[in-house]
Parts: sequence; structure tokens; C-alpha cells
Amino acid sequence: MYEFTYHRAASLDEAKARLGEGEDPTLMAGGMTLIPTLKQRLAMPSDVIDLGGIADLAGIRTDGDTLAVGAMTKHDTVANSAEVKAFCPALAELAGMIGDPMVRNRGTIGGSVANNDPAADYPSAVLGLGATVVTDAREIAADDFFTGMFETALEPGEIIQEFRFPKPKRAAYAKFPNPASRYAVVGVFVAEVAGGVRVAVTGAGPCVFRHGGMEAALAGNFSPDAIAGMQGNAADMNSDIHASAEYRAHLVGVMARRAVASIA
Amino acid sequence: MPSVSMTVNGKPVSGEVEGRTLLVQFLRDHLGLTGTHVGCDTTQCGACTVHVNGEAVKSCTLLAMMAEGTEVTTIEGLADGDDLHPMQEAFRQNHGLQCGFCTPGMIMSGTALAKRNPAPSEQDVREWLEGNLCRCTGYHNIVKSIMAGARAMNGQP
Repeated sequence: MYEFTYHRAASLDEAKARLGEGEDPTLMAGGMTLIPTLKQRLAMPSDVIDLGGIADLAGIRTDGDTLAVGAMTKHDTVANSAEVKAFCPALAELAGMIGDPMVRNRGTIGGSVANNDPAADYPSAVLGLGATVVTDAREIAADDFFTGMFETALEPGEIIQEFRFPKPKRAAYAKFPNPASRYAVVGVFVAEVAGGVRVAVTGAGPCVFRHGGMEAALAGNFSPDAIAGMQGNAADMNSDIHASAEYRAHLVGVMARRAVASIA
Repeated sequence: MPSVSMTVNGKPVSGEVEGRTLLVQFLRDHLGLTGTHVGCDTTQCGACTVHVNGEAVKSCTLLAMMAEGTEVTTIEGLADGDDLHPMQEAFRQNHGLQCGFCTPGMIMSGTALAKRNPAPSEQDVREWLEGNLCRCTGYHNIVKSIMAGARAMNGQP
């Protein structure tokens, strides 16, 4: 790791003030991605501002048909929350599939979504449920949030405070994990919400995306048969040592059908 | 250099560290607690597992300063004098190790599971060990050890 100055922010205001001071500062949530990135010298921030001490940023509350999850809420907390399980079991199950127990004890939803790794799990739930990303400056619809590989609509210095999830009629997440890292080779989040059926795919392409063809087919007939034979478009898929683009395209169909079958 | 203070195995400790000093470096190099191992240094193998405020974490992926003010438990903090901790004893009885490199992490991970689940099934243990790699044993006796250790920790036969 290159040398940097560590700051533990006690409040959102302090974090914002620190962001304005350093030469090239960066925010750290749980650190489960940032610290390995620093070790590989893929990032060289002057200052690392730890959000872990800001108690207001963590927590879960239900407000009618909305579930609010604070940005610094850990995966383990979401996975084991009775409130989340009652509101949307698929969200708790997804959180429990991330990494391993030690990673889930440190990693946060805000860090995962802000980083927008193409193979991360949470972006598929945020997009699949049509959540709202609440920052210190504004509210951003999930459909406008994920803009590309490791890219989001966040402005420099903008900090996610919480996620607001609408209550789905039903939802499920099916994931084909990389057996070593547990990242999604392909993960598909399917949800029936007030606006219709949403299908969000992670791991397959450079950025989480919605599968319009499956959404239209499932709107008329919510069953695995409705999307039989459908898959991803291999031309848009990632290809690496773990899986070819064609294999990922195929898995998009398989994971989508498994998710639908579990709640049809 | 900034200083950091925490409680390690029940004793208050402090030291001067850099921002980039990892918790595992602080434990091993500053405090001489070399029972916590560095295997992969990439958050995968779990040999560096310790407890921070009672929760299992990978100490190679935590900055020492992130542990400011916390209570840290390492493998050295488990035994009571010459009496092995029940999880350590279970590893001994069940031949739960060969080379022993991953063992401190396995035991710290196993004790964290036992606190949540007093009688884990084989499946529970195998899923829990997703973050702990062993290259010798094939896991079978580690799983047996953790199942036995969890029961012993919780006063069950």
C-alpha cells in the first residue's frame, strides 16, 4: 500500500469537510473492496476517510410500504434482520450470499452500491426492486444510478445515506457464484412491484442491467415457462477466465428461471 | 505517527502506527502475537481471522486504526493457562489439522459460529467455512472439530 492519512469521521459533516481538504481523498465504508485495492496499488488516495464511526448511517427501519436501510448497514445485519426478512426475504437472502461470514461482518450495502462492481450482488436488488438512493444532496432512482462499470450517478463528494426499497409483491434472487470469491458469475434479481415485473442482472455484463424481454414476458405470465429459451445477449456479456460471454448469456436465462420458479 | 489503542486478549495496548498499518501487522509485528497468520493477504483464506468486539473479521483487511477502542481476541487469548479452550481441545481430539497454518483462523471462525449456533450441523459448518481455506485436510476433520467444539463450548455432549 502507498502511504495515506487515515481519518475516522464522527459525522457526515466531518466526512464532507475532510473530503474538501485532502489532495485526493477517498471515502471508505467497510473497506472490503477498498483495502484490497489499496494493497494492489490500484488506488493511491492521499487521505482515507472512514465512515465507520457515523452511527446515523447504519440501521434498518420500516415505514409503511418502504424499507429504509442505512448506507453503513453491514451485510450480516441485513441477512439476519427480522425486519428485512418480513419485508422482503430475497433481500436478506442476497445479503447472506455475499462473500463469507467475515466479509459480511464488515462489508456494507452503501460501499457495495457506490463501488458498483459488475459482479456485486446488491446492485441487482437496488435495481430489481426499483429502490431510491438517498444521498446527502438528493434522491436518485435506481434506474438512473448505475451508469457503467464501477460508474454511478454520484457526483464527487456526494455520500449515500440510505436506500429506500418499495415493498414487492414477490421477489427472488438466484446466483451462480464464483466458487472461490463468491462474487456473482451471474445473478438475477426478479421482483414484482407496483409498477410491474423487474428483472435485474448482475455479474453478466459491465454493469447491472434490466432484461426488458423477460420483464415483458413475465408481466403476462409469471412462470419459468414464460421465459423458456430466453437468455442474455452474448455480445453484451463479460468474458474472462471464469466464464465466456456465451456461458454467461446462457446463465442469465437459467438463473432468471430459477428465481421465477422459486416464487411463481 | 498516529497512535492507536485497543484491548487485545483482555489487556489494554497501544502503539504508533501508519495509516496503512493493517490490524494483523499491529498484532504480529508490534505486539508479537504471531499466532494470527497471514496466508493470502487478499481477504480470501481466513488464516488471519480474529474477533473484533466479538465478531470474526479478517485482520489482513482491517486497518489497525479502524480497530481503535475495540476489544480484539486472537488465538493467544483463548486458552486458560495450560487448559486449552474447548474449541482448541476439539481440534486436538478430532485431528482437525495437519500443517496447522490455517488452524488459528479455523478456530477463531469456529468459535464465532459456536456463539451464534450452539449445535451447528455439518452443513452449517461447511457453509460457515466459506471464508477459511485449508490446503491439507480436505476439511473433513475440521468440520468434525468445530461441531464438537461448539457443543463443548455450549455445555453439550
